[in-house]
Amino acid sequence: MNKSDATNQYVVFKLKEEYYGIPISYVKTLEKVTDITRVPNAEEYVIGVMNLRGEVVPVIDLRLRFGFEANEKNEDSRTIVLSLDDLIIGLSVDSSSGVLTIDDENIDSAAKFINSFEDDYIKGIGKVDGRMIILVDIHKLVNNKLEAN
Amino acid sequence: MDMNQYLDIFIEESKEHLQSMNQILLQLENDHADIGMINEIFRVAHTIKGMAGTMGYTHIAHLTHEMENALQLVRSGEIKIDSAIIDVLFQCFDKLEKYVDAVESNGNEGDDDSTELIELIKNTILKKDTEIIMQERSDFSKNPTKLKVDSHVENAVKRAWEKEYNAYLVSVELNTKCMLKAARAYIVINELESIAEIIYSSPSIEDIEDEKFDLKFQFIVVTKADDKVIKSKLKNIMEIEAVLVDDLRENNILEFDKTNEDTFEDTFAFEEKSDYDDKKLDDGSTSVEKNESNSDEKASKPKIGKTVRVEIERLDNLMNLVSELIIIKTRLEDIDSDGTSTNMHEATEYLERITTSLHDAVMKVRMVPVERVFNRFPRMVRDLAKELGKDIILKMRGQDTELDRTVIDEIGDPLIHLIRNSIDHGIELPSAREKLGKDKDAIVELIAYSDGNSVVIEVTDDGAGIDLDVIKKKALEKGTITSEEYQAISDDDAIKLLFNAGFSTAKEVTDLSGRGVGLDVVRTKIESLGGNIEINTSLGKGSKFIIRLPLTLAIIQALLVKVSSERYAIPLKSIKEITTICESKIRQIQGNEVVLYRNVTLPIKRMAEVFNIKEEIKDNSEEDEKLVVIVKKGNKTVGIIVDDLIGQQEVVIKSLGKYLVNVKAIAGATILGNGSIALIVDTNSFF
Repeated sequence: MNKSDATNQYVVFKLKEEYYGIPISYVKTLEKVTDITRVPNAEEYVIGVMNLRGEVVPVIDLRLRFGFEANEKNEDSRTIVLSLDDLIIGLSVDSSSGVLTIDDENIDSAAKFINSFEDDYIKGIGKVDGRMIILVDIHKLVNNKLEAN
Repeated sequence: MDMNQYLDIFIEESKEHLQSMNQILLQLENDHADIGMINEIFRVAHTIKGMAGTMGYTHIAHLTHEMENALQLVRSGEIKIDSAIIDVLFQCFDKLEKYVDAVESNGNEGDDDSTELIELIKNTILKKDTEIIMQERSDFSKNPTKLKVDSHVENAVKRAWEKEYNAYLVSVELNTKCMLKAARAYIVINELESIAEIIYSSPSIEDIEDEKFDLKFQFIVVTKADDKVIKSKLKNIMEIEAVLVDDLRENNILEFDKTNEDTFEDTFAFEEKSDYDDKKLDDGSTSVEKNESNSDEKASKPKIGKTVRVEIERLDNLMNLVSELIIIKTRLEDIDSDGTSTNMHEATEYLERITTSLHDAVMKVRMVPVERVFNRFPRMVRDLAKELGKDIILKMRGQDTELDRTVIDEIGDPLIHLIRNSIDHGIELPSAREKLGKDKDAIVELIAYSDGNSVVIEVTDDGAGIDLDVIKKKALEKGTITSEEYQAISDDDAIKLLFNAGFSTAKEVTDLSGRGVGLDVVRTKIESLGGNIEINTSLGKGSKFIIRLPLTLAIIQALLVKVSSERYAIPLKSIKEITTICESKIRQIQGNEVVLYRNVTLPIKRMAEVFNIKEEIKDNSEEDEKLVVIVKKGNKTVGIIVDDLIGQQEVVIKSLGKYLVNVKAIAGATILGNGSIALIVDTNSFF
């Protein structure tokens, strides 16, 4: 497979001490953290809605989603805006460190690991230059809630 | 073959054609002799046939084809139009409408092949036996070649017999002129699969798809339907030379291959037709087709977006405004450099003017004339009048009044309800009308006009009107009002009783006076659209229902309030009044807070509690006066305590998106002038 193929490119971001990756095809934009309006009575990890150029986009704090403690947003904090199917959603992360190409042969399937998360959102582990990138299963992350509705 | 991209166009155009067909039919009913009308229906039927044929909707194509056949006879003067024929044409129209609706909601036209209706056409119009007889070519012999099949096919067939399904050998021969053999065969397979299960095919499905066959192909199918149905289904497909359907029970045409016996025992299970799709069959020969039909089904369930047809003029207008926006942008950039405040002021004023026009222009793009809804009423009134034996003239005015597309989609049902009510209960029988000295023909009027920021639709009848005394008595009996209220109640309030939910289910009211069935449903619907409904009635003379609807749903007037540091928008429509009350006057009754306000108990909700807002520490927490926004739902009211009022503002409603559906008490969001988002409160959830 071609190395520059978009299917192998991942937007990499940091959450606590670990690096995570999301397939670039789902990523619409990367935004600095803007004003977020809290939505009462929504799930705890939904920190609110943001104004993305006139569009109202719900934002999930990925730390809370993964069961970590919340943190103060700072200069490095980013919101990754995903577009999947007809859903637009923002993920709030600690920082973002660009795009990496990870070939399939460098990805270990998640089945090998014992999951530390309650829900299984890991699709696999990518290895790049000795770094480990946890690849997130976006569909599971988002759809679990949709199905629950 | 991906037709999805054309689906929207197909639906939109078919609907338009059907609409004109409906109108013509109604005209034709009044003037049987007009051959121009017949030509017009013929043309419409032909167009629909063409479109449906291209899209592969064989049922529609077939039905319209039969209509054409029939209309041809009328055109050529062989038969004369009479009311029976028009009734049949109306039925055809209904059926076509159903098909198109099915296409719109499911992406396919459904299984109904309207055999009965086609029979009816033939019997009523064609009268003489014009059944198109399938030509059966002589070389397509009655005894088809023997087929060699596996034992599991044999088992499947036997099983079918046990379960009283029929098993047939279907042999199809394509016309030599057929251009796309694989496509044609694919249609045949699709048709077959809609009524039967294909358990064997020769050549194999893959080969058929790859066009690796001559002109003939054969299937073994099991089905509950009989051979005539299969035959008639397949006959409809174009470019088919001959179809033979042989019952396997009667003709010993299968030669079973005994080599690999018993391995497939119990692997083939029969399902009722409806279960076909979600059942995985592990029988080797069928699984291929199953997978195929599944994936095909997925593909054929397209998303049909809501579309609006827009006059090019309106788009041009939009374009102009956008270009003006760009001009003002550059102008603002220039101001930055010379920095005079008068210029700045001028520029912002200009900008304001453009945004207002732009807003208007965009709103206009979303507007659809009410004609779209009104169009179906002549037919409905005609049918109802016939059914009830009443003579009714429907008058419509203001069809070109425009409403937002979303409102148009929703307003149909309430209007149908009101018109039905008027005709069913309001209007007297012709004999009764003559006794009363009224004109035998009753008049139902449907008027639409715009009035300021709203659109008014009136449904008027000159029937019996509503007997308020009967309503009052009923309300008293049902305990809706007390006997004191019964004495004191004004006519206006009495009419409002009709909209009470309790009244809608009360059969007695319907029998006595009518006007009670589901009026609360009508009211709820209209209120959910941000509108309201009134009734004017005068006993013996008729009644008038007045519906007032907002021009658009997307923009509303709202009151911005502040609770702690958060801002919320409350739709102005649902606000009754704003007042202050003393904290000390709030009482706890069974855990609910209430206050006596103007001698009425008013339930109190605290916005901060409902929305879990963290209270800011205030300097004067002793403050006794509380700001209360009183909101209404029907005749119920609730007071909502807020911290501060920001002001009234026009806000654009935005949805929170699919991810945040069903968030309690939130109707949507809006973007404020400073770019931040305020949530719009769903006041109905406070009740």
